Amino acid sequence: MTDPIMTVDVLVVGAGPAGLAAAIAAKEDGIDNLMVIEREHNPGGILRQCIHNGFGLHRFKEELTGPEYAQRDIDKARKLGIYIQCDTTVLSVEADHTVTCVSSEHGLQIIKAKAIILAMGCRERPRGALATPGTRCAGIYSAGTAQKFVNLEGYMPGKRVVILGSGDIGLIMARRMTLQGAKVLACVELMPYSSGLNRNIVQCLNDYDIPLYLSHTVIDIQGKERLSGVTVAKVDENRQPIPGTEIHFDCDTLLLSVGLIPENELSQGAGVKLSPLTSGAEVDDVLQTSVPGIFACGNVLHVHDLVDHVSNESFKAGRAAAAYARGQIETGETIAVKDSNGVRGTVPQRIRKGVNESVDLMFRPDRVFRKATCIVKCGNEEIARKKAPIFTPGEMAVVTLKPEIVAKLNDTVTVEIERGE
Amino acid sequence: MYSEILLIGAGVTGCALARVLSRYDVQLTVIDRGADVAEGASKANSGIVHAGFDAHPGTMKAKLNVEGATMYPELCQELGVPYGQPGALVIGFTEDDRKTIENLVQQGIDNGVPGVRLVERDEILAMEPNTNPEVLCALYAPTSGLTSPYELTFALADHAALNGVTFRMNEEVTNVWQGEDGLWHVQATSGEYTCKVVINCAGVGSATIHNMMSDDKREIINRRGQYYLMDRVSPLPFTMTMFQCPTKMGKGVLVSPTVHGNILLGPSAEDIPDALDVSTTAEGLQFVLEKSKLTWPAASPRGTITNFSGIRAHEAKGDFIIGAVSGRTNAYETVGIESPGLSSAPAIAEMLGKQIAEEQGLAKKADYKPAKPLPKPFHAMSNEERAAAVAADPLYGKLVCRCEVVTEAEIRAAIRRPVGATTIDGVKRRTRAGMGRCQGGFCSPRVAEIIAEELGIPMTEVTKCGGASRLLTGTIQDAMKEGCCHD
Repeated sequence: MTDPIMTVDVLVVGAGPAGLAAAIAAKEDGIDNLMVIEREHNPGGILRQCIHNGFGLHRFKEELTGPEYAQRDIDKARKLGIYIQCDTTVLSVEADHTVTCVSSEHGLQIIKAKAIILAMGCRERPRGALATPGTRCAGIYSAGTAQKFVNLEGYMPGKRVVILGSGDIGLIMARRMTLQGAKVLACVELMPYSSGLNRNIVQCLNDYDIPLYLSHTVIDIQGKERLSGVTVAKVDENRQPIPGTEIHFDCDTLLLSVGLIPENELSQGAGVKLSPLTSGAEVDDVLQTSVPGIFACGNVLHVHDLVDHVSNESFKAGRAAAAYARGQIETGETIAVKDSNGVRGTVPQRIRKGVNESVDLMFRPDRVFRKATCIVKCGNEEIARKKAPIFTPGEMAVVTLKPEIVAKLNDTVTVEIERGE
Repeated sequence: MYSEILLIGAGVTGCALARVLSRYDVQLTVIDRGADVAEGASKANSGIVHAGFDAHPGTMKAKLNVEGATMYPELCQELGVPYGQPGALVIGFTEDDRKTIENLVQQGIDNGVPGVRLVERDEILAMEPNTNPEVLCALYAPTSGLTSPYELTFALADHAALNGVTFRMNEEVTNVWQGEDGLWHVQATSGEYTCKVVINCAGVGSATIHNMMSDDKREIINRRGQYYLMDRVSPLPFTMTMFQCPTKMGKGVLVSPTVHGNILLGPSAEDIPDALDVSTTAEGLQFVLEKSKLTWPAASPRGTITNFSGIRAHEAKGDFIIGAVSGRTNAYETVGIESPGLSSAPAIAEMLGKQIAEEQGLAKKADYKPAKPLPKPFHAMSNEERAAAVAADPLYGKLVCRCEVVTEAEIRAAIRRPVGATTIDGVKRRTRAGMGRCQGGFCSPRVAEIIAEELGIPMTEVTKCGGASRLLTGTIQDAMKEGCCHD
């Protein structure tokens, strides 16, 4: 029973936008013995519950809803004849490319793959991770859980809502709950800036007169059985609550949008080295992890703001996995990519030496910079720069290195932001 | 409603006693104000089966702790409840601490605790390398154990129910009196119970119930303890339970693995007026973290998956009160069952159960059924066992909780147990679904659906922990019909 019952060239874990794009790219690159494993009943991942629009502006030059965006890739995967096995949970991935999964229909399956693409997405930080004191009553949800209840199940999690954190899902849910008849009293953000996209602040809070309290946090949660209220206070520069600034809200619901964490338990089981900055795998320019033949893309690699970027990244991982399965990828010497001033969690963390392809360097600024310039250096030599009116932690920045630049890399690459104002 | 025996309080003590009494031919009903068993201190404590060196020789606590701890390995085996015996250290940093620890070692020997001895710094650091290197010496107790207190309580309740004990939840007792005919009357939420024998195992409420029955008044001090629970990591920073020198408020802050492989920090010790106020506070959690750093300098709130608090029922005189209620007939009680209450519960139940059986002339049942140990959880199965489980029941192939690897088959089984789960928290504590690092973010909607299906109730009636703790306020259609509550 523990012998592999099946072998495939490329196995993709997850049929969200990352897994679908990776599978499509691998298939188009000539891999026929391909399998995608999805734990939910349908492919599409988190996009299935994102019924708002704004997806696909970059990739399709159209404004799609989440399900519409996903459906394009699902349709394409079907047309290409890609095998997606739903209702199946991967239990383990091993460094030798053995994947164990379970489903009602197929029982326990052990699959050996030439190459594996990790595309499991991310999860929301729960209340417990914040160490917010108070009671443990009903009515406290992560924003995505509330979104699932409202958009997929058709239930309202509450009527008077406070949102802690200004991540994009929290902002989207502020609007969604309002449109559905709830009263959203406040959106409370610990940092002096929002971690969400500016367009969501405008379209989801400002348009509905929902106040955004920057540099504030929830310091107490009240209610024995169901939530009855929260106390919010302003925080100082060390993020400590300032006595005397407390504001009380009577509410029955607290939604949390306080960060997303790449879901890498399976990756860790395979011995994949993770970055403490992104909480995702450390990868090279073709998104190969520290374990040869295991690739990662999408939100399991690092949390993105835009699904368009997820798809593009995942096409690259799909092509690379296809090449690996054919024995066409060399893993030789690499050049390290390091964060410098103002930059956090650049992906990829290394670039293979002598590669003649463009490389997107993706990172988040560690604070807000206005009218600033991002500078990429190889050793002491500047090799790329990008100016922007604003760099903010809420929006991932991308700097592209041209193929001819990549081909000549011979020293550590550093990414930094030079202050404008 | 009439029951020969009515037992108030479905915590670990009450359920252990109900199980002992279920061996006898007697009709027994257990009532509790919670929506589930183990809703009080039994769900929120350190989960330590203490070796028995803490209590002063000659006290009930000392006797019953040592007896109870000895019973644990076999009891947990019989019921299929997790148990481990990693041992414990009580660490000291000063010469004063050394004196305390030397006294504790002697006390352990006097109490009959096996293998207790004093260890010095080098041995401590060899055993637990993450200990604060400023440590001087420690008491080492190899028989200190770990269990899951709520899972034990559920299993005890199930076994009692299997042998005919009735459990009725959501019954808050507001009055207890003895009629002129000698029968006891208990006024509870759903109505009045009449019984020949009444037993008070009401934890933090035990003095209140006692005082309804007796003129000889008792007082329970509600001593709250706050905890941090950390995510499972491998390897664990500590394999043993790390105590600090005890104070008059209790055993101090510990750093301990749980039986499920998390790390637990706590508890604080604060006397509070409200016996049901299990909120946590910024000060309490800060205290726990600071104190933990004395044992484990690397302790940090990073990696926390939740914080919680529980309330110890501290009797003002300091020892357990167990036996017949003085000056009354057919009334028994366990009052002030605080630490080492969990460790002592099996011994308390045997001792008091025997007393009740003798005094009430109870005969052993002919058809007493052995416990049905819980099946091995899916997460602990080998591949062969998993394949067999899915082949036998395809619902083992449906993972509901990804963090703790819990299947739909196990969630449905938890609801169908003799004393089954009726709430999200009830499913969580029986199966661990929602107990992991995402804290139910992904699985709680599905768990709610399964509860609704199994209990035949609408989704909107599913609660987190009973009462008004509904997860949902209605359907989106209802919300639109009601119109906005925009003010």
